[in-house]
Formats: sequence, C-alpha cells, structure tokens
Amino acid sequence: MKALLRYREVWLLAAIVVLIGLISMRFPGFANPGNLRQVFNDTSILMILALGQMVVILTRSIDLSMASNLCFTGMVVAMLNAAHPAIPIPLLIVIALLVGLVLGAINGLLVWRLNIPSIVVTLGTLTIYRGATFVISGGAWVNADQMSPDFIGLQRAAFLGIPVLSWIAILVIALFFLLMTRTALGRSIYAIGVNPTASVYAGIDVGRTKFIVFCISGMIGGLCGYLWISRYVIASVEVANGYELNIIAACVIGGISIAGGIGSVGGAVLGALFLGIISNALPVINISPFWQMAISGSAIILAVVLNARGERRQGRIILRKAEAA
Amino acid sequence: MTDTPVPRHIPDRLDKPFSSAIFSWEALLVAVAVAIFAVNSFASPYFLDAWSLSDLTFNFTEKALIALAMALLIISGEIDLSVAAIIALASTMMGMAVQAGAGTPVLVVIGILVGLGCGAFNGLLVTRLGLPSIVVTIGTMSLFRGVAFIVLGDQAYKGYPSSFAFFGQGYVWWVVSFELTLFLVAAVIYWFLLHRTSFGRRVFAIGNNPVAAQFSGVRVGRIKFILFCLTGLMAGIASVLITSRLGSTRPSIAQGYELEVITMVVLGGVSILGGAGSIVGVVLAAFIMGLVTFGLGLLNVPGIVMSIFIGLLLIIVIALPIVWRRVRRERFT
Repeated sequence: MKALLRYREVWLLAAIVVLIGLISMRFPGFANPGNLRQVFNDTSILMILALGQMVVILTRSIDLSMASNLCFTGMVVAMLNAAHPAIPIPLLIVIALLVGLVLGAINGLLVWRLNIPSIVVTLGTLTIYRGATFVISGGAWVNADQMSPDFIGLQRAAFLGIPVLSWIAILVIALFFLLMTRTALGRSIYAIGVNPTASVYAGIDVGRTKFIVFCISGMIGGLCGYLWISRYVIASVEVANGYELNIIAACVIGGISIAGGIGSVGGAVLGALFLGIISNALPVINISPFWQMAISGSAIILAVVLNARGERRQGRIILRKAEAA
Repeated sequence: MTDTPVPRHIPDRLDKPFSSAIFSWEALLVAVAVAIFAVNSFASPYFLDAWSLSDLTFNFTEKALIALAMALLIISGEIDLSVAAIIALASTMMGMAVQAGAGTPVLVVIGILVGLGCGAFNGLLVTRLGLPSIVVTIGTMSLFRGVAFIVLGDQAYKGYPSSFAFFGQGYVWWVVSFELTLFLVAAVIYWFLLHRTSFGRRVFAIGNNPVAAQFSGVRVGRIKFILFCLTGLMAGIASVLITSRLGSTRPSIAQGYELEVITMVVLGGVSILGGAGSIVGVVLAAFIMGLVTFGLGLLNVPGIVMSIFIGLLLIIVIALPIVWRRVRRERFT
C-alpha cells in the first residue's frame, strides 16, 4: 500500500475519483458508466495529443506547434475529402499521419541539425503552420456538407458498444505504453531527459532521438488533425487555436516534469482525463463554462506545486558536461 | 594589508575588433530592417509617409514595452507566458472601475497595480516555491484570463472617459504618438538598467550560472522576483495603452500576444537559454516586426499570412549565424 502511494499516478487517480464524487453530489447521473464512457470519448483527442507531447517533454524539449500541425493536417485531409470523396478513409488517415510526420520532421531537423532550442523552433513553426493552413485553404472553410458520410461517420461507429474514436485512443495509449516501457527507444527518451550528458556516454545519439520524438509528436498531431475535423465537422484556420497550451497543461497535471525525464503514459492520460472531466462537468452542475479556464489554470499551478515536492530528491551527478571530457 | 590603491584598470569589456562589430547580431538586424524598409517603400506608394510610418508604430509599441522587461527575464533564465493574460485581467479591472465611476488617473493606477500584482504572484511562485517558470506562467496565464472570463463572460466593458483615450490614441508632437514616446523612454531606461548598472550585470550572471551567482553573493531569488514584477508592471502599462486605444475591454483582448513578445525578444538576439542579449537588439527586432506586419498590411496581405513571415524570420535569423559559422569552419579546416 505504501509502495503504491509513491506513484503520483495513484494520487492523480484518487483526485479524479474525488472529483467525480464531488460532481456526483451535485449531479448524480455523472458517474454512471454511459456518461463516463462519453467523457472518455470526448477526451480521446486530448489524451492522444498529450502522449505525443509527453515524449517530447521527456527529452527536455517542447513542441508548441502541435495544435497548428493539427489544424494544417486537418485542413489537408478535409480538402482532399471534399475534392475527392472516393479516397478511402484509411488512406486519408495514412495521409494525415504522413503530413504530420513531415511537419514534425521539420521541427526535428531544425532541433537536431542546427541545435536551435526547441521552444524557438516550434514557436516559429506554430505561426508558420497555421499561416500555411490559410494559404492552402485561401481562408475558406470546409463545412460538414462538403465532407463524405464516411469521413464523418468512421469515428462515431460503435464497436463493442464503444465508439471507434475511443478505440483509437486506447490503441494509441497501448502503443505508447509499449514504446515507453518495452523498447530501447523508450529507455533512451527517459535517459536523455534525466541526464543528457550521461546518455551520450551510454552511446545514445541524443540529437537523433530528439529528431525521432518530434517525428512522433508530428504524426500524433497529424492523426488528431483528421480526428478533430471529423469530430467537430468544420475545418478552418481557427481550428484548435491556442490548444497547444491545453496539451501541455494535460502533461503538467499528469506529473510530467517540464525539466524532462519524469513522467509516464498513465500520467499523461490521467492529466488529460482530469481536464476532460472538468470541461464536461461544468455545464451539468450549472457552473458557467467561463469558469473553466480559471479552474484549469488553478489545477495546473496546484499540480506543479505538488509535483515539485516529489522531484526534490535528486540523483547524484556523476558526470559533468560532455565538453569536459 | 597595504591600503595603497592598486593603479590597475580592469576594462568593463574586452576591446572588440571592428570586424566583429560588423558581424554582430545588431548589425544583422539593422541590415534586415533597412532591407525591409527599402522593399516596403518600393512595393507600396503609401509607405513613405509620415502618418503611415506613425501608424506603423502602433503595431508594436505595446508588445515591445513588454518585450523590454521580458528580455531581462529571459536573460536571467526565466520566462513569463502570462503577459497577455495579465493585460486581459488588468483591462477587466479597469473596466470594473469605470463601471464604478472611476476617473482616468484612478484607471491608470489600477491597470498598473494589477499588472504589478500579477507579476509579483508569478515571481513568488517561481522564487519562493522553486517552480519552473514556464509551467507556472502557463498556469497563471489560464488563471488570469480565466478570471477575466468569469467577470465578463461574453460581455464587454465600454464607456471609458474621453480623457483616457490619450494614452493609446494621443500624439505628443506632430506624428510622434504617446505610445512611441513612452516606448523610447522605457527603452533607454531598460538599456541603462541592463547594460550600465550592477543590477544588469547580476542579471547576466544569474542567466549564465545561477549557482555560481548565488555563491558570489548575488541574491538570485530576489532579483528574479524583481524581474517578474517588472514584466508584470510593463504588461500593466501595455494594458492601459491597449485599453485606451481600443476603448473597450473583452476577455479575449491581446490573445496570443505572449508568443509575439517572446518572438520579438528572441529575434532581438536574446538567448532563450539565458545569459546573453541586448536591449538594442530587442528594440531593433520590435521595429522589424512592426515594419514587416505594416508593410505587408499595405499590400493587403492578410494578418495570418504575415505570421508566416514572422515565423520564418524568427527561424531564419536564428539559423543563419549557426549555418554561417558552420560553413566558415568547414572552409578553414
């Protein structure tokens, strides 16, 4: 039991249970399985995005361009679908992944090859990708009636009583879990975050690994581009504007340290769920949705205060900077 | 033991050869600014006009005021993403004061004090609790703007007194606006503070090595706290200007300004990792961003496309010296 309490995911889970309990006191229907399934489905896209952001943050980097990537890729697939409804949806998803991959690779190359800090690179591409969306669309929207029924319907189709969107989220969570706990790449990502210098000595190519994590976050952004557009059935330049900070907020609440090296798949998922529950609960317990921003802001500050306590005990520094050797 | 003064001169900085001045960051920025200015005057017949150029300055002075303080903060190794949210909160509070019948002087004081208070709140969280500023200010960014949304919802405050309009719309002399004058005065003050005082040296010391600075007797926490307060203060002043210019307050006011301010600072040659940068660079970067957006605006380029240019400018100007250095090194080895 004591060992269990050491994990911050357990605390976060407890906080979520308490939160659901509090909401249920005001609105008893909230905790029933049907509604919780709905909340999970509503939060799926944020969860997937948070996982993509997590691998980047773990390597002491940050990807501010994810929401713009989502917006651009979403516009690409929406326009393709509107112009050529015959393109099968699985192929469109592959296209979305590839477009996202290219955008992520641009970030990754600039970070890897030119050694520009990731916050500067993605601050730049944040505006470039969104601007590019305007250029390819000419400022026009793609509306629901221009999209094919399959394009909109796929993620809403139920499989075993759960929408496909939720299944995609579950699949992505499982893949990330395998990546982070069962592969050498996952270990390298943690190692770079904990101690980049030691990682170099351990034979990890830090630059290349950073490139790979930006490719991953790019692909995730692309995938969510399709998911977002087909969910909210409108593609415009304004899609997911400012959402990059929600993604980072989910990661922070999930206990992923912005200083790198600390964080888990479970944390990212729970962090996203926490935000999802709040945004779903406010309307049903009659609190104006205008409160949501302040509440999630307070949650972020609280989370980072609590996380900082856990991060105090630091390992011994065995190696100094790489240049010293 | 000997009290005789040692006749030794320790230079403030090493003498730099003239060639390094030519290839300095500021020189690069001046070249870029001149190029953009030239292109603009060729591209649009309306550009080279005193009033056009005066309008141009309204594009960036509010953000540039914040960028001055943000430059110091980033040099010290911290960052504040909440500045746009501080503008929103300060503007909302001024709107509430107007509703309660406050006059112009009270409004200005409220705007500035709210900004200062928000900055102090950030500073306390970062320095007292030892939290990473990027996360803290993402949190306070939602919190501050969230409070503005709670107060205002989808409403707006209007009815600011007519004397209040001077700050954002008034002119000091001919085409020289109050905003521009304030920015230039502030730029000189910040230049002096960063480059000519021991406080400025400490800011650089903290950015380069906070631990060494601490052991050298620099009060790292206190200086960082002051820098957060200054950034909040400048955001409060910017809030007065922008509220006065627009004459109304919505909770979505100044959305996305934080990223533009940081772009300005980084474009100005301030290292995002801390420890290096200059006020001259930031001022030049502010003018460049104003020139780009205004020039493209005269050519009827939509705002969102301008942002592509700003983004490209940011990455290219950062990447150029790195590529240049690499090419030169390869040629000589």
